[in-house]
Amino acid sequence: MKELLEGSMAVAEIVKLCKPGVISAYPITPQTHIVEELAQIVADGHLNAQFVNVESEHSAASVVLGAVATGVRAYTATSSQGLFYMAEVLYNIAGMRLPVIMTTAARAISAPINIWNDHQDVVSLRDAGWIQLHAEDIQEAVDLHLIAYRLGEDKSIMLPVMVCMDGFILTHGMETVDMPTQEQVDKFLPPYKAPYKLDVENPLTLGPLVDPEYYMEARYALNETHKEALALIPKLTAEFAKVFGRTYNGLVEGYQLKDAEKVIVAMGSVCGTIKEVIDELRAKGKKVGLLKITSLRPFPVNAIYDALKSSPKVAVIDRALSLGSFAPLSAEVKAVFFGKTKKPQNISSFVVGMGGRDITKDSIKEIFRLMNGKDKQTEFIDLKPELLKENYE
Amino acid sequence: MFGPLICKPGSSKNNKTGPWRTESRPKFLKTNCIACNMCVVVCPEACISGQGKNTYDVDLNYCKGCGNCAAICPKKDIEMVKEEGA
Repeated sequence: MKELLEGSMAVAEIVKLCKPGVISAYPITPQTHIVEELAQIVADGHLNAQFVNVESEHSAASVVLGAVATGVRAYTATSSQGLFYMAEVLYNIAGMRLPVIMTTAARAISAPINIWNDHQDVVSLRDAGWIQLHAEDIQEAVDLHLIAYRLGEDKSIMLPVMVCMDGFILTHGMETVDMPTQEQVDKFLPPYKAPYKLDVENPLTLGPLVDPEYYMEARYALNETHKEALALIPKLTAEFAKVFGRTYNGLVEGYQLKDAEKVIVAMGSVCGTIKEVIDELRAKGKKVGLLKITSLRPFPVNAIYDALKSSPKVAVIDRALSLGSFAPLSAEVKAVFFGKTKKPQNISSFVVGMGGRDITKDSIKEIFRLMNGKDKQTEFIDLKPELLKENYE
Repeated sequence: MFGPLICKPGSSKNNKTGPWRTESRPKFLKTNCIACNMCVVVCPEACISGQGKNTYDVDLNYCKGCGNCAAICPKKDIEMVKEEGA
């Protein structure tokens, strides 16, 4: 049924329909509305789950780790500093191969403290072993949660999945959402049956100490499973389309790519703005396009290669930094083309919208304009040079 | 793909920790033993066994050479000997 919903309410509703047995979370802006709503849903008896209140994100992650380890479907959500406080446990969840599903309301990181949206928190956690899916709008965020549970709990995968949605822009924005029925969800997502779990009748240990004789294979297998997930994601999205009637690629999505001479690569809600700009520029005869990356991990190397190999000029938008190096997404997109014969003439790198600075249509037009010249590297858009004059010597 | 992930009970039997010994190993002299069982109790690897006086010995597949047994033995009937000369 189509409803006008705030992003956080929509996520809470779809999580309810996925029937987790345990939810544990610690409130942090801009994730708060999601878990508040879920706590209400549980308290009102609309979801038969245990909502575990904890004293920190480290504990929240530990609770859902424990829940999934005992064979129960679990859910958590966090943002920014909370995600970092979870970090130690997140690596353990992936290493123990436990399909925890988490929503991250992507937000800037301290210092200076800033509660608004960018991708520095989630992108910093890209190496934790979690599958990471980025939503463009609220509908996609809703749908990615369903795909996340199926993907993570697949017996060949058994990995945690993070659904990333831009803080405030998606968590607090209102949108018309086609909310699936319980019947549809049940058809797509069967109850979780753990292939291994903690059980006093049948004892086992997860995540034990392994000496140098065993460790490398555990990590190798984790990396290989990410490649297997790359193959599974399009199959699941195809199955998703049959049940729900909405089509996603799940890895990347091209917009007006076919004859595009200039292509922007981006993740998250900014893709909506970019599509608007593309429509305007196309109306004026400009050949511009967008490649949206949905799956940051696993990184869809082949899909990106196929989508961009014939594009003359590419610009990658990062809303995160790898301080002291190239902007992270741009570095990975460039790596896709290293040593290839068919490749873009240049791949520029732009940083936009840090700490919630608005990315306007003009910001995007500026990027398309700058793509005319020499390639730009880690070029900040909408920077205010007048704020860079402080002197503490 | 799954690598080493789960340990079922008894996994320490499969992991022979004997190669961890770097310096010395216990030698059970079997002359003044009174079967007090202290060496069995203090062994962190639980790899010492015996059934009466002067029968106790160590399973070197698991012994890490910590020397606790030699230190606790009230009759000094266990001594630590260099690996190479043993």
